[in-house]
Amino acid sequence: MQMVSLEALRTSRMARRNLFYGVLFASPWLLGIILFTAYPVVASFYYSFTEYTVVNPVKQFVGLSNYTNLIFKDDVFRRSLYNSVYYAVFSIPLGVIVGVGIALMLNMKIKGQAVYRTIYFLPVLIPDVAMAILWIWVFNAQFGIVNTLLWQLFRINGPGWLASPMWSKPTVVLMSLWTVGQGVVIYLAGLQDVPQSLYDAAEVDGANALQKTWHVTIPMITPVIFFNLIMGMIGSLQYFTIAYVITGGDGRPGQSLFFYAMYLYRNAFAFFKMGTASAQAWILFIMVLIGTLLVFRTSARWVYYGGEEAR
Amino acid sequence: MTEQAIPQQAIVQPRRQPGMLVRLWRRYQSVIREVLSHSVLIPLAIIYMIPFFWMVSTSLKPDTQIFLWPPVWIPKPFVWGNYPAAINFIPFWAYVKNTLVIASFAIVGVLVSCPPVAYSFSRIPWAGRNTLFMMTIATMMLPYQVTMIPLFIIFSRLGWVGGYLPLIVPQFFGGAFYIFLLRQFFMTIPQDLTDAARIDGASEMRIYTQLMLPLTRPALATIVVFEFLARWRDFLGPLIYLNTPEKYTISLGLQMFRLEHGTEWALLMACSIVLTTPVIILYFFVQRTFIQGITLTGLKGV
Repeated sequence: MQMVSLEALRTSRMARRNLFYGVLFASPWLLGIILFTAYPVVASFYYSFTEYTVVNPVKQFVGLSNYTNLIFKDDVFRRSLYNSVYYAVFSIPLGVIVGVGIALMLNMKIKGQAVYRTIYFLPVLIPDVAMAILWIWVFNAQFGIVNTLLWQLFRINGPGWLASPMWSKPTVVLMSLWTVGQGVVIYLAGLQDVPQSLYDAAEVDGANALQKTWHVTIPMITPVIFFNLIMGMIGSLQYFTIAYVITGGDGRPGQSLFFYAMYLYRNAFAFFKMGTASAQAWILFIMVLIGTLLVFRTSARWVYYGGEEAR
Repeated sequence: MTEQAIPQQAIVQPRRQPGMLVRLWRRYQSVIREVLSHSVLIPLAIIYMIPFFWMVSTSLKPDTQIFLWPPVWIPKPFVWGNYPAAINFIPFWAYVKNTLVIASFAIVGVLVSCPPVAYSFSRIPWAGRNTLFMMTIATMMLPYQVTMIPLFIIFSRLGWVGGYLPLIVPQFFGGAFYIFLLRQFFMTIPQDLTDAARIDGASEMRIYTQLMLPLTRPALATIVVFEFLARWRDFLGPLIYLNTPEKYTISLGLQMFRLEHGTEWALLMACSIVLTTPVIILYFFVQRTFIQGITLTGLKGV
């Protein structure tokens, strides 16, 4: 006969107790993840292979045709994809460069740091709708402040900005730089975590300020940059509200501001083409996954995690 | 023999006399650097403030000064009347009330549902906990668009479309971002504290309500602020689910106002300011909490 040791019995009872309370306390989220994430994800995947309109709720299985129609036959889809990728490709790196740049300057022990920080952060607080409306007026070709200043200071005739198909996307990229403050706050916190000893060591080795920044500061905050890159990618591919408000939803001028999420929204809630819209959502998801994977893949080469133990 | 033992590098080189500029730089380095950074930061700060200035200036202009060339920087006179006019133009207070109703219920929802999950993640070592936590992180990367359509279909089957329930009910089932944020806060409370309470025979419920919740009040304040701001600024949610003007939130209402009165710039700017001001006031009250919330998720993330 085998003896069950008291110790083992106690640990197994402990484990069962922990499982009970662990699941009990996590139960709202367990339910939530099933109801509001897992089920919708599966359902949306299924819908993406069907022709499904809310008016005619009979779902017809159509195989991959939603996907192939979008990718090979739909010019608007391709254009909206191009617009969103354009936005991501320009706004993310610029956002990182400007954000890190401002954070580096603010991290020096200079006077008025708190004031600067507030000024750079304030735009982040403006609700998207208010911001979009404000920017339409700021970039107004005739009476906007930007073209006024360009003329009064440099005698330059400014472009039509949001009214010009050529300039509209650069304009929204510029606008995205206005809210770089969110990133600045995160970079600043990262910068304050860089141990002083590293700077002292660099000093002993005769490094100048520029070398210290490039060889100590930047490597030490690469994990923070990495995080912001991934979040920026996910966010910018879903870029919606500001462009929707600026253009009233139709992406004027000439669909130059018709972004991916706007076309998806239109297919789903204006045309009620739920199957097509679901396929669009999945293509977006796959792009996000591939992008994240790529960033992760390269991260071993440039993200430095050595500081973790020091914390 | 001894000569050979001395490595080449060890021979002390006579120090080169640094140039005049280098010496000046060394002496005034910190001053020069401060002046340089101010000379970048000040113009940049002005650029960042110009849109705000333009918003305020336009909101106070009489109609005749809006479309003028060259533009008027400081309106003369200040037309304070634009503000009441803007507020009366749209059912402003009704929109505010709607937004506050949604926000209050949503706040109650996240307060009820998120802290216990964070407690489970940070204090109870149960099998499967780490898997669920990884899934929680993963859902933050899931684009909203993927779940948007099936959720809309569920809510329309339930007959909830057009009302506030689709904007409120999900908050009672936790949110990945808040759970993550709270868990990070909870991790900073020493494990010994809860272990000691456990040894003293306190139940998990008691440790949670009487020890953890009071200790993590700042974290709870953070999610209240974040959720309020999210509801106040939310556009896509109300756009999908609300279809009668009486139910509109303030963000959606402002957009509708713009579509109808696209050139009433003074009123539009006044409205935008009114929409933004509560957020800025709130920010100044809870600045520390706010910044902490952002950095905690941004820094210790992934």
